[in-house]
Amino acid sequence: MLKDITIGQYFPGNSFLHRLDPRFKIVMTLMYIVMLFMGNEIYSLIFGMVYCATAFFLSKLPIKLFGKNIKPLLPILLMTAILDIIFIREGTVYFQLGIFKLTEDGVFTAVRMIVRIIFLIIGSSLLTYTTSPIQLTDAIERLLSPLKKLHFPVHSFAMMMTIALRFIPTLMDETDKIIAAQKARGAGFDSPKLKDKAKALVPVLIPLFVSSFRRAEELATAMECRCYRGDVGRTKMKIMKAGMNDIISFIFTLIMLCAAITVVVLF
Amino acid sequence: MVILRTEELTYQYSIGTPFEKTAVDHVNLEIEEGTFVGVIGSTGSGKSTLMQHFNGLLKPTSGHIYIKDKDIWSDKNNLRDLRFQVGLVFQYPEYQLFEETVYRDIAFGPLNMGLTENEVRERVYEAAAFVKLTEEQLEKSPFSLSGGQKRRAAIAGVMAMCPSVLILDEPTAGLDPMGREEILAEIKNYHKKTGCTVMLVSHSMEDVSRYADKLLVMNKGKMFCYDDTKEVFKRAEELQKMGLAVPEVTRICIELKNRGIPLDDSIYTVDEAVKQILEFYKSKNGGEVLC
Ligand SMILES: Nc1ncnc2c1ncn2[C@@H]1O[C@H](COP(=O)(O)OP(=O)(O)O)[C@@H](O)[C@H]1O
Ligand SMILES: [Mg+2]
Repeated sequence: MLKDITIGQYFPGNSFLHRLDPRFKIVMTLMYIVMLFMGNEIYSLIFGMVYCATAFFLSKLPIKLFGKNIKPLLPILLMTAILDIIFIREGTVYFQLGIFKLTEDGVFTAVRMIVRIIFLIIGSSLLTYTTSPIQLTDAIERLLSPLKKLHFPVHSFAMMMTIALRFIPTLMDETDKIIAAQKARGAGFDSPKLKDKAKALVPVLIPLFVSSFRRAEELATAMECRCYRGDVGRTKMKIMKAGMNDIISFIFTLIMLCAAITVVVLF
Repeated sequence: MVILRTEELTYQYSIGTPFEKTAVDHVNLEIEEGTFVGVIGSTGSGKSTLMQHFNGLLKPTSGHIYIKDKDIWSDKNNLRDLRFQVGLVFQYPEYQLFEETVYRDIAFGPLNMGLTENEVRERVYEAAAFVKLTEEQLEKSPFSLSGGQKRRAAIAGVMAMCPSVLILDEPTAGLDPMGREEILAEIKNYHKKTGCTVMLVSHSMEDVSRYADKLLVMNKGKMFCYDDTKEVFKRAEELQKMGLAVPEVTRICIELKNRGIPLDDSIYTVDEAVKQILEFYKSKNGGEVLC
């Protein structure tokens, strides 16, 4: 059940996108998000969409994967779209029924929002699907390293993220096990009543917290036993080096972003 | 009466992905009421997966499970009642304790059954007595108990539901020899007093063989055999090849037999071995035992 969640998962591979320097991938993802959220006209979305399609093509991942991510969000997307349509009353009126008005602005806002959110999810999934968690945190540590001058604990921050990501599957497994064990004692997960469902969470959450603390303590002890003391004097096994592909991709992203800005400013 | 029966029971994990794995493979099994069944098999042989079918936590990919001659998946609404009939204690059950006091944790199952307060109290005290938890310990927080006591509290939580079939998945994993002995003796005692069917899962034959009437041996998802303990031990050498550690004394006896001492081929207790070896020497020395 919980295993079906694929957001934030990594799918090993050797595509163009997999091989890019993770630092560049993060920066380019941020640029892509800016592209996507710039301008208020429908056509300003086109740059983001084209860019996303290119990246998807280069990732060699099956499109099914993304559908699975978006499906659980559909109800929320539809809700917001409907609210937009109902409450935005400016613009040309297409259709009116009592106080309900279907306007041009309302429809545009709704469409724009849905497209933006879907593409935001696909784009950021592309980053995590093609970059292992270790690479990702390593890249974040490097990108943030200028902040060390301001005494921001960049290394600890990255280490915390690595550990958190590492333990997501473990905790999911554990949750499944605890749910099964409490079900075996007749816990009411299957009851249709919301109150029963909420109550049934207690026997799952408490053991989960207890074991998380236990794991945290064990991990801390194990790290200390191996003389871990933060990043002082620590070297890296894998040194990141930007290659030709990274630079080309970056320039392409930059051109797309500039084009998008130009279009939005000029028209 | 047959209390539990399976028909071509098969279960596959992660169907349709590269990780697809047949964990239980066409198992046909019939267990008589009141039997103490030992379930053995090396790690990954599908013991836990099989056990989770008996109280409806896993739905078979194909095949059927009958409890008291009723297909458990014929009516989904009865699944919850089924879980009270077939009590399952998971591996490392101490990690599922959550209540403020041991008493309330043991009472969780009986309360879910909708019993009255008096009945619940009776059940809790009865179960606590089986696993030798004192009244004083019942009022403590479960998190303040020792490892062995936590394990016993968790087992009591399932015993308190008075299931007709009690399944314990590796209840002695990670305990010291003393704690292991104690828990096994308590389970045996529970079986004797209540007369219910008990299934004890273990990868250690040593643990299981002394208590079980019958042994179910799993190998790579398939049922290798289900027979009287004594009969199963006749195939000790096959078991060893499957990666199961047969008891020390069985190994010694097999070795002795290979060297020409005519011993029975299914010895698994030290007492039995001593008896037969003494008999052999008696007959050899004309009835006299030196030493
Ligand atoms: N949740 C799961 N998802 C996928 N495969 C699993 C899962 N649980 C167990 N398996 C696989 O099924 C097989 C049987 O496992 P299990 O029933 O736990 O064996 P045992 O209890 O005898 O050690 C193993 O090969 C294991 O890798
Ligand atoms: Mg197991």
